[in-house]
Amino acid sequence: MFEYCADPGTLSGYLWWSCYLTTGKEFGFYISFGVVLSLLFLTVPLIMILGFAGALARRSRFLPLRWFGTIYTSMVRGVPDIIFFLFALIALDQGIEYLRHIILCPDWTEPIRQGNDFRVCPAAKMPLGNSPQWVHEVYGFSLAIVGFGVVFGAFAANTLYGALDAVPKGQLETGTAFGMSPRQIFRRIHLPQMWVYALPGLSNLWMILIKATPLLFLLGVEDIVYWARELGGTKTAIYAYPHGDWRLGYFLVLLVFYLALTWVSERVFDRLSRRVSRGQATLGGTA
Amino acid sequence: MSCVETITSYALRSIGIGERLLPKTDFTLCEQFVLIGSGLIWNVYFAFFALLFGFFLATAVAMARASDRWFFSYPARAFIFVIRGSPLFIQFFIAYESFVLIPKLGYDLNLGFVEITMETRWLTKAWLGALVVLFLNTSAYSAQIFYGALLSVPKGDIEAADAIGMTPFTKFRRVVWPSMLRLSWASYTNEAIFLFHATALVYFSSFPAWQQKGDALYYAKYFADKTFNPFVPYPIIAVYFVCLTLLLIGLFGIVNRRLNRHVASNR
Repeated sequence: MFEYCADPGTLSGYLWWSCYLTTGKEFGFYISFGVVLSLLFLTVPLIMILGFAGALARRSRFLPLRWFGTIYTSMVRGVPDIIFFLFALIALDQGIEYLRHIILCPDWTEPIRQGNDFRVCPAAKMPLGNSPQWVHEVYGFSLAIVGFGVVFGAFAANTLYGALDAVPKGQLETGTAFGMSPRQIFRRIHLPQMWVYALPGLSNLWMILIKATPLLFLLGVEDIVYWARELGGTKTAIYAYPHGDWRLGYFLVLLVFYLALTWVSERVFDRLSRRVSRGQATLGGTA
Repeated sequence: MSCVETITSYALRSIGIGERLLPKTDFTLCEQFVLIGSGLIWNVYFAFFALLFGFFLATAVAMARASDRWFFSYPARAFIFVIRGSPLFIQFFIAYESFVLIPKLGYDLNLGFVEITMETRWLTKAWLGALVVLFLNTSAYSAQIFYGALLSVPKGDIEAADAIGMTPFTKFRRVVWPSMLRLSWASYTNEAIFLFHATALVYFSSFPAWQQKGDALYYAKYFADKTFNPFVPYPIIAVYFVCLTLLLIGLFGIVNRRLNRHVASNR
């Protein structure tokens, strides 16, 4: 980056560091922090949508829909999330390719599962075999977002279901007494009052979500864990910047990053919870 | 190979007893069930000992956190903050990297009168290293739960204990501690479930599975990678985990009933 970095072998001290920390690979590391943050902010809307869908399905009067909601919300309680991620990712990937296979290659006769192989016609590959590298990366990242969304959506559905349940019945009956339609009651009374009960659970969920982001690495996304391992590994003299095994150092940087992220989140949620309990008949609201 | 043979050769494969070589092709349903179930031994092992030891450290840390003296409460707060604020996955990495470094730094502890040689090479093995990480992790989370409960122990109970002249230790053992457990048990059950699920991460982070002796997820992933078919091994491991989670909830429920046996039920 700087001009004096042309021959790193001759540098020492902080000049060496200024060059080392501005190499292209190091920038890959810095950008990957953005990848993690963007995953967090992109999944949240999806999580909330799936959470509401699950919670409302579980409250539905229509029995099969209620079953579906109950199964969806309770599945995550019994099974580790990492298993869901691993499963959901391959299942989604194969599902998409299978659908494209049926649509794009109707006259393909060979079976798709041949022994230990999953073979679809070349046109159904997702992404296509000849597409550039960045398409592969974006596709993998989108699959990860959907996987996170589905798993954490189930957690959110649990929380929202409990919160919708916790709104005092008298409040809703008042709405009926005023002649509001069920939809109006839901929008004007039920939903606004639910947040104060949902917030502790949702803030907890956000913390869990933050702490689940390193799992991206297991899903094959080039995230901060990937780069920390890549850059921290021993670099011999054939590299421009040789150094020993610095993985511990890199991981300590990640530790600080996560501690800062959770610390800031905690502060934000504290303020938010004061905000939503204003005017509510709870200990936090009246005191 | 019939299913009975598969069971005899693979049921204890994860701890190194039985057939050495894993099946390579033509996996039967029985093989997948048996091997994944065999891996489950490790998950149960990690969860059991981490929870057992963690329970005691958590109580100590919660007490320290609630202490008036800063040299107790500050380290406890820092410990809880660092562990609860960072992903378990990163903790595994950091622990493994530092455990690998330890022997190079020398491991003779001189206590003045006696010299202790610390055996550190086991720490780089999953059975001890990962257990230490899980133990510290659950200790911090449980300590926070216990600390919250400690603050909600009814004041009247403590005053009553003072009034009948209990010593601090008796007061703790007979009044504070049971109340603390009773108040925190529901959250503690959740934490136990989380920890049990976290054991699936062990062989996915840094700790290598030595001689292919891995946990349930290790074998499930083995099958999923070999067959490229996730629809068999993952549901199997899911069923195993659901069953064991229900068992865990049942066991904690028994303790809960015992803790609450003097409380009038509102049902």
